[in-house]
Amino acid sequence: MPAGLIELAAFPPRPPMENLVEIKDVNFSYDVRPVLKGINLTVPRGKIVAIMGLSGCGKTTLLRLIGGTLRASSGSVEVAGRVMGELGQGDLYAMRRRMGMLFQFGALFTDMSVFDNVAFQMREHTRLPDSMIQDLVLMKLHAVGLRGAQHMMPSELSGGMARRVALARAIALDPMLIMYDEPFTGLDPISMGVISNLMRSLNDALGATSIVVTHDVQESLKLVDYVYFMADGAVVTHGTPDDIRKSDAPFVHQFVWGEMDGPLPFHYPGAAYARDLEVGPAGA
Amino acid sequence: MPERIAGYLRGIGHQVVGGLWRLGYASRFFALTLLRSAVSFRRFHLVMRELYFAGVLSLIIIVVSGLFVGMVLGLQGYETLQKYGASDAVGTLVALSLTRELGPVVAALLFASRAGSAMTAEIGLMKATEQISAMEMMAVDPIARVVGPRFWGGLISMPLLAAIFSAVGVFGGYLIAVVMIGVDAGAFWSQMQNAVDLRQDIVNGVIKSVVFGVAVTAIALFEGYDAPPTAEGVSGATTRTVVTSSLAILGLDFVLTALMFTGV
Repeated sequence: MPAGLIELAAFPPRPPMENLVEIKDVNFSYDVRPVLKGINLTVPRGKIVAIMGLSGCGKTTLLRLIGGTLRASSGSVEVAGRVMGELGQGDLYAMRRRMGMLFQFGALFTDMSVFDNVAFQMREHTRLPDSMIQDLVLMKLHAVGLRGAQHMMPSELSGGMARRVALARAIALDPMLIMYDEPFTGLDPISMGVISNLMRSLNDALGATSIVVTHDVQESLKLVDYVYFMADGAVVTHGTPDDIRKSDAPFVHQFVWGEMDGPLPFHYPGAAYARDLEVGPAGA
Repeated sequence: MPERIAGYLRGIGHQVVGGLWRLGYASRFFALTLLRSAVSFRRFHLVMRELYFAGVLSLIIIVVSGLFVGMVLGLQGYETLQKYGASDAVGTLVALSLTRELGPVVAALLFASRAGSAMTAEIGLMKATEQISAMEMMAVDPIARVVGPRFWGGLISMPLLAAIFSAVGVFGGYLIAVVMIGVDAGAFWSQMQNAVDLRQDIVNGVIKSVVFGVAVTAIALFEGYDAPPTAEGVSGATTRTVVTSSLAILGLDFVLTALMFTGV
């Protein structure tokens, strides 16, 4: 038996786990300021999961822990059965080659054309001939509807187009996990709808799993399969989009329906109004 | 009162510890840049691109400045030397001033202002717009892919620019002394040829410009990479690059001159 087959027999491939991402009791602090507190979260394979919450509640930090750019202070972040915090740089980079990430404003390389942006990872990580890279890049750009913009520079693109190019770049190597950091920020309704549809269709077509960090409630609830709601560094509730819409938890209700006042007060805490204006008994 | 003194001492301690920490971080960054330079040599077209941006695009400011500095040296040198009947030695004065000092130092100061600040701003903006993070998430090491080629591009550009500065400066001195004032051309060139020593003057000047190139490029890249990802952060980092590089050039010039020309 050839040596390679013996090795394969000795280490049979593990059956795919039900959950691609498992986060267990994760705490994370910047210096002494706690950002994440006891997070538990799972992302099933093939699903699109949203992580929602107010700005600064720790959503993006959580995404960076999953991508391995930050390490948890305690607890474990597992992706495809590997604990991200325990990987050396080589393994971490090998894992990241199987992930794609769409940044908030695209993060396109401004000194490269649309084509070169999408081809970047292929050129860095593969030895494919130029002709094949050309075909693959055009296929990715075609998938996001921007094959005709291949020669344009990022500065010539609208916000929605830049986000679509960034999406084409994120799926360049057919990742198993696609992460979206605020994908809808600053987009007009048409671009938002386009991005939303692409996220669903690409996730299903590639057989990938997606995590969407967002505070855009209505668009996300139409798109995703499951929602985790975060506040002040902790998961406060989770469920299907219908569960979230029907939730009577005061914070979730205020967030989903955009109410001005609620558990999160309209007024930032401060001294009594009358005292600040120096009227009434206190100011007399 | 004792509390105020304690607070004051604590403030000094905090500054010192912060400075040492930053120095250590900068040293580690520099070491990583060198260790991960293999990409720069394996894919030399990345370095060529930086040679164009740091070197070729700096040519105009270097050539124009070199010409004016040489012309000023010609005028000042003639003015002083003629008092002693040694106006023929103006070529020597121009050439030695340029190759030993002004070529490497002024070219490095101009390089720091033009190319160094551009490197800091570019990397700082790449960080602010998450391009560096995107590269990391794509499993591409930004130090190897972004910093390394810029470092080697700057390092190779600097001595070439200093040499061009000196050559153009000598030509500027020739224009003033020979063409305009009428110093004998044969005396101008022959005295220069006799006085300028390849090892002592030219090679030492090249060594200086290489050292300045390392200092300016390393400072510019570190400041860009370490810049807070905001408009204010990038602006502050760009200013620090120019100020720190200029001081480093002048300080290093003193040390190198002491070592090379006085045997200290």
